[in-house]
Parts: sequence; C-alpha cells; structure tokens
Amino acid sequence: MLALIPLFPLIGFLINGSWYGFVQTRPGARKAGSTVPGLIATLAIFASFVVSLMLFLQLKDMPAESPSIEQLVLHWIQIGSFKLDIAFRVDSLSTLFTLVITGVGTLIHIYSIGYMSHDESPGKFFAYLNLFCFAMLLLVLGSSLPVLFMGWEGVGLCSYLLIGFWYTDDEKASAGKKAFIVNRVGDFGFLLGMFMIFSYFGTLDFAGINAALTAHGHAALPAGVSVAAATTMCLFLFVGCMGKSAQIPLYVWLPDAMAGPTPVSALIHAATMVTSGIYMVARLNLLYSQSPTALTVVAAVGVFTAFFAATIAIAQTDIKKVLAYSTVSQLGYMFLGCGVGAYAAGVFHVITHAFFKALLFLGAGSVIHGMHEEQNIMKMGGLKSRMPRTFFVFAIGWLAICGIPPFSGFFSKDEILWQAFHSPHGNVVFWAFGALTAVMTAFYMTRLFYLTFLGKPRFDEKKLGAAHGGHGGHGHHDDHGHGHGHGAKQDDHGHHAPAGVHESPWVMVGPLMVLALLSAAGGFMGVPHMSWLEHWLEPVIPAHEAAGGWESAEMILMAVSVIGAVLGITIAFKLYKNLPGVETIKNKWASLHKLLENKWYIDELYDSVFVRPIKSLSQALWKGFDVAVIDRIVVGFGRVSEWSGQTLRLVQTGSIQLYALALAVGIVLTLGYIIYGLA
Amino acid sequence: MHVEPWLIQTFCAAIFCIGFAGVLIRRNILVILMSVELMLNAVNLTFVTYSKQLGHMGGQMAVFFIITVAAAESAVGLGLLIAMFRTLRNVDTDQIQLLRE
Repeated sequence: MLALIPLFPLIGFLINGSWYGFVQTRPGARKAGSTVPGLIATLAIFASFVVSLMLFLQLKDMPAESPSIEQLVLHWIQIGSFKLDIAFRVDSLSTLFTLVITGVGTLIHIYSIGYMSHDESPGKFFAYLNLFCFAMLLLVLGSSLPVLFMGWEGVGLCSYLLIGFWYTDDEKASAGKKAFIVNRVGDFGFLLGMFMIFSYFGTLDFAGINAALTAHGHAALPAGVSVAAATTMCLFLFVGCMGKSAQIPLYVWLPDAMAGPTPVSALIHAATMVTSGIYMVARLNLLYSQSPTALTVVAAVGVFTAFFAATIAIAQTDIKKVLAYSTVSQLGYMFLGCGVGAYAAGVFHVITHAFFKALLFLGAGSVIHGMHEEQNIMKMGGLKSRMPRTFFVFAIGWLAICGIPPFSGFFSKDEILWQAFHSPHGNVVFWAFGALTAVMTAFYMTRLFYLTFLGKPRFDEKKLGAAHGGHGGHGHHDDHGHGHGHGAKQDDHGHHAPAGVHESPWVMVGPLMVLALLSAAGGFMGVPHMSWLEHWLEPVIPAHEAAGGWESAEMILMAVSVIGAVLGITIAFKLYKNLPGVETIKNKWASLHKLLENKWYIDELYDSVFVRPIKSLSQALWKGFDVAVIDRIVVGFGRVSEWSGQTLRLVQTGSIQLYALALAVGIVLTLGYIIYGLA
Repeated sequence: MHVEPWLIQTFCAAIFCIGFAGVLIRRNILVILMSVELMLNAVNLTFVTYSKQLGHMGGQMAVFFIITVAAAESAVGLGLLIAMFRTLRNVDTDQIQLLRE
C-alpha cells in the first residue's frame, strides 16, 4: 500500500504528460482548458492523500516502540555485500511529511485549476506538478539515502521545469537555470556526504545507520568513526541542504524562483521542496547529534540566514519577492531549531510554515490575479473592500507568520526560540538574533499586508483594465472573475476582459479557506509541555533531557516574543499610515535602503566572483585552446590528406604498360626478398 | 633424343621475358596481345618439361587448361580490339589513356 502514495502522482503525470505531449502539441490541436487535466492531477494527488491518511491511522494504532511500515519495490543494485533496494519506509516523521505534501498539494492543485485556467498549456503544468509530487514523496518515503537522493534530484528537476514554465520569457528561463545550477553545487556536497557515510558505516539505509549509532544502547558513534569524520559527513550533507533549502550562501536561487506560476511558488518554493533539507537533517538527527560542531554550524547558518533574509525582505516591493525572502528567513528558523538539537521544533515549524506560507503565497497569487498581473505592492492598496475573502484569509496568514497567539506560527516559532535559548546547544546570541528576526518579520509582513490591503488604492483602475487588454504575454491571466467578481466594474473599452480589481473565483478561494483554517489551528499540535507532535516524533527523534525549573523563563521569553511581534506590527502600521513620511525616512537612510533594496548586492558579488571569472576562463579556453590548438590539429589532418592526395595522384598516368612494369618490378623485388632475404 | 632440362628452362624463361618485354614496350595492342600469347606458351612449355621430368601428368593437364583459356582470351581480346578501333579509330596505347586521373 505504501508504494501507492508516490504511484498515484506518477500515474497522473503519465496521463497528463502523454496527453499533452502526443495530442496537445500536434499542430492544429484544439486548445484545452485547465479543468480536465487539473481534475486528473487533483484526483491523483488526492488519492495519495487518502492513502497517506490511512497509513497515518495505521501507524497511530501501532503500539510498538518505533512504528514503521516498509515496502520493498525492487532490488536495484547488488554488488558483493553492497545492496541497494528501492524501498519505502514510512514512520512517524515521514508520515507527517507525506500528509503535508499530499494535503497542501491537493489544495494547491485545486487552486491551480482556477489560476491556470487560461494558460496555453495547462496539461503540461499539471503533469509537472504531479511529477513534482511524485519526486517529493519519493524523497520523504525512501528508506535509504540513494532513494532520497533520487527524489532530491527529481524535485530539483521539477523546480527547474516549473520556474521556467513560461520559458519564452528570457528572464524566467534563466531563473530556472539559476535554480538548477545553484542546486547542483549543493548536490555535490550531498553526494560527498553520502559517499563518506557509506565508507564509514558500510550502509546507506537509514535504519542501518541508526542501528549503528545506537548499537551500545545509547546514541554513540560506532567504532572506527571519529567525531571529526561525523562532523565532515554532516557538513557535506548540510551543503546539500544549503542548496535545496536556500540557506546562505546558496539561497540566491529562491527569490528568483518566483518567476514561476504562483501555485508553484506556494507548493515547491515555500511549502514542500525547500523543507527537504530540514527533513534530511531530522532524519539523520542521531548522526548530527554526535557532532556538536556540525550542529553549531547548522544553527549559526540558520539564524544568520533568517536575519539576513529578513533585512532584505523589508525593502522589497514585489509581493512575491517579499514572501520569497520571508521563506528563506523561515527556513533559517527551521535550521536554527535543528541546529540546537530541537529537531521536533524544526519539523513543527516546517508543518505550520507549510500551512501559512502556502496560504500567503496563494493569497498573493489571488491578489496578483485580481490586479491583472500587478506584483508591485506600492501600486496596490485598499484591496480590503475589493477582495474581502482574500483579505480575510491573508490576514490569518499574516497573523500566523507574525507569531501572534493562538495562530500556528506562534507556537512553532516560539518553540524554536525557546530551544535556541535553553537547549544545551543553544545560547543567548542565537536567541537574540532569532527574536530580532521575529520583530523584523512582523514588521515586513505588516508592511506587505498594509500596503496591499489597507490604506487608499494607489492604482488607476482604468489603466489596469487597458494594460490588461494589451498585455497578451503568457496568456495565463484570466477573466473568470467576470460576473461574480466582487466590485468588478465593466470597462467601457475592454469588451472581453473585465476591468478593475476583482475577487478570485471559489475554486481559488476555497483552498485558501482550508489553509486559513489550518494556519489558524495548526499550532495546537505542538503546545509547549504537552506537545502531541514531540511525543509522536519520539521514535525517530529521541527527546533530549529537559532541565527543570525554567518554566518562568520560558513564559518570560514567550511574552518577549509576543511583545516583539506586536511591536513590529505597530511600528509598521504607524509608519505606513503616512506614506510620505516613509519616503522621508527612506531618503534619510538612502544608502542603507539602497543596500537592502538591492539585496546586499549579493547577486552582483556572485556575478563578479564566480560567474564572470568562469565566463572569461571559458572564453580564454575557447579562443586559446579550442580554436588555436584543437581546431588546428583537426584542420591539419585534412590538409595532410589533401596534400598527399595531390602528390600521389601524379603516379596515376593511365598507361597500363607502366602499371605492368611496376607490377613486374614488385614481383621481382618480392621474390628476391623471399628467396634471398634482405641481402 | 635427350635434351637437358635446364636448357629448356632457360629457353622458356627467354621466351617469357621476350613476351613480357613486348607487353611493356610495344604500343600496338595487337602486338601486345601476341606478346601475351608468347608468355602463355612459355609457361606451357615449362609445365610440359616439368611434367616429363617429374613423371606427373598434372603439368600436362594444366597446359590443356591454359590452351583453352588462352583461346577464349584471344577471342575476347580481339573482339575488344575491334570494338576499340571502331570507336577510337586507333589501337595505339599511347593515344588511349582513359584511366588517367
């Protein structure tokens, strides 16, 4: 039954993919809407959700120490004692991930039916989306590192395909390439880590690795594996996480990945794929726990990324870019949690973040959709009355990410901050940066929220409609808000598209409602001190010893973070009520603002340090070696044969008697050689 | 009458060389064909000599074959010669060098 979970999306991919590839791309084929492929894809992912749910219930009833279900699909490689199977294993950790992936995935698939309804090739889109789900499920269900790696590469591929989905736009196509290439850098580290694990542990199966680590009854490194070796393995694997989960220094691809369709940003670049790094660290938590150095690096990179990305998010004006940097920042939080040994807290944040970030992204998609492809928040404002349903759900997502109790973000973020302060691996610096980031998060999310939904509209509705009519770019904008769109006005010169801002259709708002509910209530699975989640994860992530007598400190810290969040929100409200005031502040801090707006010039830095030197090196090799040496050799061969042919052709006189003479001389010489030798 | 074999061999070699020289030197195709005939007959004579000397009939068998094939060859050769003369009005090898590059 286990194999059914990834199988369903694969079938969906095959159906949609072959239908698109063999039927839709034929010249003159009738353009199909998004409904049929969307329903097929949604059905596929929903079927795996149902199976995941059944497995979850089955696991719940297992009284054993470590509930898990395994299924062998095939023996893949067997060389001597080395055995590699394609096998799936679901345990308490991966079941949570499958539920999130298939659950949130289903909602996003439904949403996409609306969002992609006027796209040129919805069949292709849904095929890719299903393929992504297949790879992601492979990643979390694989029972060994190589299977995980297959999924790891698969999601990378789908991410590339979907970022560059509208590949006719050069910028979007190169964003896809950037994501793929940056991820390759990380994968290199992942592979090295995997090789090291194999050479030290002799196995790549998670169960085997964990068995080796707990052979003495308590967690300890097996004989022959030094702490330094464990640290190296962990750090190599973490390089893979930096790529996939967008941590400094490999985070640069994620903001650019927003070029893809918004459901893709929500599903892949916020809710699921980018959390696979956290999944891997949590999966190998026994190994990571053996190396304090690696843990400190993970936590430090995490908290620094969280802080760094938050500073950038403050100055961005593209609604999706703000959310992208906030995703990078939240991923940093998750690694902070893992790095201080609180893996359960990290996983908890993965889940709540999947809810509220998917909600925010889809909400942003709804806004972009309603604003006719406008993404600049400076040109929005006052959408509260135009898109009341989107406003309502977005508000819940906003409160959740700001960490206002009792919304889900509060519980998970607070758990991480508390662990950063209190855990044996944590310290005050981690906590301080984390808390500061929380304040900044509250600030920039409120800024986004206020500029989008509150205040006065800062757009010209007439112009919007006209711009919409003239903008035929990708054909993915649509006009089905027409008719039931809230506040939609008929434009006097746009006869096919309704002008003005309109609310999105129910097929898009419905999933948002569900996600809003989850974002609001999802935190209750991890209430401190009676956390269901921590208890549930115990078979995979052993709880570490809790030092008593800290309850009052925990309460104080909790209060501090809530006050910080409220502070951030209040400041943002005060500031953005008075937009001209914001301008003066911007001018006062012009250089800092410029620095943040340009993302600390990191892209430019990478460009001059890596991209351009490689480019000039390639140029030099091309001109200095390829053209000058290799081409000359090849052309030289041609010249030599031409010259020798020209010379030898003189021998061919056409006189048969001359040939006969040559023949006779040859015979005489040969006979002479045979009879008398060389003498 | 007994003739020394080496004498006959030398005689045959001389005829063969004369024939071969004719093939190389002469320019008239008719004469070249005749020279080829001369070479063949030199070979025939060698075969017969050895057949007699070794008391083995294989050599004489070969001679009969060669005579037959030579007859066919001259028929074809003369036919080609006539065809060539008809088309080119010439039987001089210096004038006919169609295999030149």
